[in-house]
Amino acid sequence: MSHDFLQMHLKAVISCLLIFLYKVHTTKAGQFFSSGHTNNWAVLVCTSRFWFNYRHVANTLSVYRSVKRLGIPDSHIVLMLADDMACNYRNPKPATVFSHKNMELNVYGDDVEVDYRGYEVTVENFLRVLTGRLPPSTPRSKRLLSDDRSNILIYLTGHGGNGFLKFQDSEEISNMELADAFEQMWQKRRYNELLFIIDTCQGASMYERFYSPNLMALASSQVGEDSLSHQPDLAIGVHLMDKYTFYLLEFLEEVHPASQANMNDLFKVCPQSQCVSTPGHRTDLFQRDPGSVLITDFFGSVRKVEITKDTINLTSPVEPPIQRSGSGDIQIESLTYVDQLPVAEIIHQKPKQKDWHPPDGFILGLWTLILLVFFQTYGIKHLKHIF
Amino acid sequence: CCSCLELFFVGEMEQKQAIWCLNPKDQFQEELVIRPLHSGDIYASFQFRTLWDTDFLQEGQKKVSHYRLFPKSLGQVLSKFSVQELHISFTQGFWRTMQWGQPFIPSPPGAELWVWFHDTVSDVDGNWKELTNVLSGIFCASLNFIDMTNTVQPSASFKPLGLGNATDHRFLRYATLPREIVCTENLTPWKKLLPCGSKAGLAVLMKSEKLFHSSFHSQAVHIRPICQDEQCTSKAWELRQTLNVVFDHYTSGQGKKEWSLFKMFSRTLTEACPLASSSKVYVDITDNPELFELSPATPLLSQAVVLGDRRTYSVYDLTRAETFGQLRSFNLLLRWKGDNMLRPLLHAERYVAGFGLQTGEIHTVIYNNHPYRAFPVLLMDSVPWYLQLYIHTLTVTSKSRDNKPSYIHYQPAKDRHRPHLLEMLIQLPPHSMTEVTVQFERALLKWTEYTPDPNHGFYVGSSVVSALVPSMVAMSTNFTQDQPLFSSFVPVKEESSYFVRVYTEPLLVNLPTPDFSMPYNVICLTCTVVAVGYGSFYNLLTRTFQVDEPSPPLAKRLANFIRRIRGVPLLA
Repeated sequence: MSHDFLQMHLKAVISCLLIFLYKVHTTKAGQFFSSGHTNNWAVLVCTSRFWFNYRHVANTLSVYRSVKRLGIPDSHIVLMLADDMACNYRNPKPATVFSHKNMELNVYGDDVEVDYRGYEVTVENFLRVLTGRLPPSTPRSKRLLSDDRSNILIYLTGHGGNGFLKFQDSEEISNMELADAFEQMWQKRRYNELLFIIDTCQGASMYERFYSPNLMALASSQVGEDSLSHQPDLAIGVHLMDKYTFYLLEFLEEVHPASQANMNDLFKVCPQSQCVSTPGHRTDLFQRDPGSVLITDFFGSVRKVEITKDTINLTSPVEPPIQRSGSGDIQIESLTYVDQLPVAEIIHQKPKQKDWHPPDGFILGLWTLILLVFFQTYGIKHLKHIF
Repeated sequence: CCSCLELFFVGEMEQKQAIWCLNPKDQFQEELVIRPLHSGDIYASFQFRTLWDTDFLQEGQKKVSHYRLFPKSLGQVLSKFSVQELHISFTQGFWRTMQWGQPFIPSPPGAELWVWFHDTVSDVDGNWKELTNVLSGIFCASLNFIDMTNTVQPSASFKPLGLGNATDHRFLRYATLPREIVCTENLTPWKKLLPCGSKAGLAVLMKSEKLFHSSFHSQAVHIRPICQDEQCTSKAWELRQTLNVVFDHYTSGQGKKEWSLFKMFSRTLTEACPLASSSKVYVDITDNPELFELSPATPLLSQAVVLGDRRTYSVYDLTRAETFGQLRSFNLLLRWKGDNMLRPLLHAERYVAGFGLQTGEIHTVIYNNHPYRAFPVLLMDSVPWYLQLYIHTLTVTSKSRDNKPSYIHYQPAKDRHRPHLLEMLIQLPPHSMTEVTVQFERALLKWTEYTPDPNHGFYVGSSVVSALVPSMVAMSTNFTQDQPLFSSFVPVKEESSYFVRVYTEPLLVNLPTPDFSMPYNVICLTCTVVAVGYGSFYNLLTRTFQVDEPSPPLAKRLANFIRRIRGVPLLA
């Protein structure tokens, strides 16, 4: 009987606990932690070189511009551009990269910071940035210092094929390598959620092999389809943007930091009627419902701010620096500048130490020894044939 | 720190701090020099100088931690790597000495970095490697490509421009990256190092769309210790940020010798930087006294001896409110018709001679245009290891006669380890042309060492010609605080000559490039040949033939079926 009483009591306690926890979840503190991330990072990569691939640089810069506009600071963006289009000698308007024809929108701007440029954009550097395995002297701006509460946006563009993406016309990264890199990131807890967008031909093949949790992927075309470029500008002479990223930019221009647009809207960007190719997406590895994921969870850096009305006492102010001792106390000798071209000194300069060579006599002695041993072994009569 | 004056009346601690603020140990000056060039182009040179009385190399208690005008990122770099002097420049374009004269501060195309380390450093190479990585992050440039294969240790060139006793060249490192591009991403962090940023003062004029649409653009950072006063008993750290730009007569100027600040920079000046103790604009009016039109007019004139020549400048002081006039905006207008130019006394060129992809010859030509004086020059050449120089073919000829250099220092290259370094002290006869030639052979690189675009070619950095050129006008050796910045960069030791550095063009050589699609083509061809050859042979040996009757048409099949039922013989 006491056993039944105990069981009933236990059930009542457990049910009370569950009701209490449910209430906590729906209070303000619960809502604060429901989205899961506390900081945002972006890795934007353009993998193509040469002037006729202007559109890939414009693609990457338009995503960079949107991401900066929505709040992610430069210190949290790793921008990799494989070639310089803005200050290229073929650019009729230097220091600009346009996304719309008739030079309507300059996505390069006045405040851009490129972290990896030119020959530095290689598969090795890209994978090192993702996995964090960089040499110790790498500066902070070139590192992806994310943690397990970071939402990361990764955008790749360039020329690709079924299962690979070409880097600078000399090497490629395969979809399996990319999937393994993301798994490494998951194992080292380098991301909370990751959004992967790729704008290349047959882009959907790049996300087929992903197997780590919390990944969502978008591509501009399915396997077997090509992604097409949008419009050329006759003054610049090349195609300015790719179709998918052009419509993505137009969609993102409508988004502002407080907007409630979610991922389902992003999946609808650029249907086949506009893009000619069929954009694809993959959400099976993602735990939350895409309809509840805000665009600003990945493209922006929206912080939840807690306002406090209490006063806080600061610690004591900065100590004044130690005063320099008076100049009259110690007799300091006057310093002088160095002579820029001291001709006499240079002419009589001692030559620097050369590498050590054995003294000349040593080599002569060595050969004499060898010859003597030879003639001793084989007899002196051979000597007259030599001399 | 300017706001700390409000704390003046509160407490003892705050009083100490306020007093310190009233006697600041750092000061900031900015100036802009505009010089019309005889070809119609216009040369604008910005100089921003921060002077700070401190010691970066102190450790422990006295370690510098409170930065006011001096940028913290550079201060931390100096103390961490024990740097005595740092000079870094990013240049786009080549300075045409014959058309434009001498620049105030010369720089080679691409990126150039040379550093003097303090003599307490034990591992200079390790510090150098880390320093280049840190600077590549600060300036958004690929300076991390500087390694042992393109770093040299000059033995006589690049003496320190600041104070210092030790001139042991073991602590000097020099490297150039001729391929480095300069664009807005390098200008942005450079502007952020200024105390006022790009929001006030002269830096407001730096808009990238106009600055990069020019014939020549160079931005540099020079850090060195200098004398604080005339007696030179104490030293202070000086940070100079310079930006030189030459706007083209035809592309930006629309073919007219008429320029204004708005036309050059698409902005006008509205105020001086509040943190600057002096903010001035100088316009060079020496060449064109009568046919020159300058508005708004200014009574202030200043004379300065710079680069061996006495020049007259009109001065506009931006710290005075009347410079900005009624509209509170300062837009300078220049119009000139004159055409005189002082011929530069020292000038150098370099080119590659020869044909084919195996051998070649590097020619360096140095001109001495002085009518009667001879002077020595120090030529420094740093050639990458893949151009194998044959030093026994080195010839130096002046006026078609052999000219033996009085000092030669040559360090041969080690493959994939270090480049060639050749330094020579050559006496140039008056009014002559001196030619230095050396033959080389091109090496075949390993296939992973080629860049992704090897058909562009490989760059060889500029040669550096350093000289003490005899001066027409006596240079002043006195050091005064009021000297304009552009004339006080290089310390002057004697009155009769001035120090100048001339950079030659970088070279672009083609190395024999393999066909990178070759392995793929070979595999396809070989597999096709093997398949066709082996397949045919296999078929010949193992294939047998069988007679196969074709199936009869439908009508015949139906007829045969009916005949079988009837028991009548079938059709063929």
